Amino acid sequence: MLASDNSPLKQTPLHALHLARGARMVPFAGYDMPVQYTAGVLKEHLHTRSHAGLFDVSHMGQLALRPRSGKVADAALALEKLVPQDILGIAPGRQRYAQFTNQDGGLLDDLMVANFGDHLFVVVNAACKDEDEAHLRAHLSDACEIVSLADRALIALQGPKAESALAKLCADAVAMKFMDAGPRRVDGVDCFVSRSGYTGEDGFEISVPSDKAEALATALLDNPDVLPIGLGARDSLRLEAGLCLYGHDIDTTTTPVEGALEWSVQKVRRNGGARAGGFQGADKILAQLTQGASRRRAGLRPDGRAPVREGAVLFADATAAEPIGKVTSGGFGPSLNAPVAMGYLPTSLAAIGTTVFAEVRGQRLPLKVVAMPFVANTYKR
Amino acid sequence: MTTLYTSDHEWLRIEGDVATIGITDYAQSQLGDVVFVELPKVGRSLKKAEAAAVVESVKAASDVYAPITGEVVEVNEALAAEPALVNSDAGGKAWFFKLKIADKSELGGLMDEAAYAAHTA
Repeated sequence: MLASDNSPLKQTPLHALHLARGARMVPFAGYDMPVQYTAGVLKEHLHTRSHAGLFDVSHMGQLALRPRSGKVADAALALEKLVPQDILGIAPGRQRYAQFTNQDGGLLDDLMVANFGDHLFVVVNAACKDEDEAHLRAHLSDACEIVSLADRALIALQGPKAESALAKLCADAVAMKFMDAGPRRVDGVDCFVSRSGYTGEDGFEISVPSDKAEALATALLDNPDVLPIGLGARDSLRLEAGLCLYGHDIDTTTTPVEGALEWSVQKVRRNGGARAGGFQGADKILAQLTQGASRRRAGLRPDGRAPVREGAVLFADATAAEPIGKVTSGGFGPSLNAPVAMGYLPTSLAAIGTTVFAEVRGQRLPLKVVAMPFVANTYKR
Repeated sequence: MTTLYTSDHEWLRIEGDVATIGITDYAQSQLGDVVFVELPKVGRSLKKAEAAAVVESVKAASDVYAPITGEVVEVNEALAAEPALVNSDAGGKAWFFKLKIADKSELGGLMDEAAYAAHTA
């Protein structure tokens, strides 16, 4: 979501580096962010898939949830009141994808939760971070001290060369598996490193103190395999990976089931599980987990080369008057060399292989419902 | 042969009563990598300022407006197969369409090369 007011844009600790490297800057979630560098979106996207890309994601929110009891299980159980995920089951040094739900079963944000042994480390979306922090304070303050880590930058390093690039500065990185997370020394600096990201590629996210961020980014970019990548390619990469963009593909009106995120709700929180329910909107979400929902987020591949973009209205056939859904993310997938999209369809029309139609500039273009991800992920499991 | 420019970053090459129209190198540099071009149908009558074509980059779609009134007499089919021509040769091989000029007086409102250079400076 873009900032809608005229308040001055915030800058990340890497702002000067972006300008020095020829970034084109745009407002995003209240920050002045690089949308692309001189290479351009297409090359940046393909470079990330073939080598490695460095992304400034410092605009995202980083928080520590420190249990007042000293027991991380108490923080985990407290957080389970706000998310439908198994937080207690996240082993020390591991991370998991989660969503904050509302009373209607909709999603307030999606987030990553890591167990750092004595506390939880949480990363939330930039556009939601103030509301998320307030939400955590309102519901978790009895159990946890909620610490905003606003003095830290966040750098994502993604792609097949990410491991070798980070290993030069952090030998421990090589042993990490997908979704491992915890404190690591990187180039002599105390960082939090997770083996994760949002591109579908193997890679890392590195939380670094703000005053050390530029030096770390520069050290990583000194490697010829690593190029700086802007938000433009970050979006096309995550779209090809079939990953949701909060505020577009999921929001307060979509449930985890409608959003095709059932895989992220562990059995222990579902009906019959030891800690079933107990989160906001549980009645609706648990019922949908059993019975399904009436609509569903689906992957869409347009015929031909014309991109079908966010907001395009979907129809069951070439002439039907009644819309059946909407595209929530769409564009051109550089790795596929073809347009890709995702959107909501009635569940009866969301089966793989179904053809639906999108209205683009007055014409009905056919799209095929396909499995996601569009481009196979390369996580190191 | 005269080349004229619009403030929307289109160029027109005038040969007799036909104008060949494309987007400028400045425009393509702002759009980024072009992945799709939608062209008008031959025979379509376009009014000045009417949306005539669409050029899509990875990130966004942009309209190309008819800089003058006229009938489409030819379109550049090569752009369908190779939209990246717009990035590599915006002012040449990547012309979009040709219009039979309806009213030559409309050309008076367009910029020459020096004026366009000042416009993008």
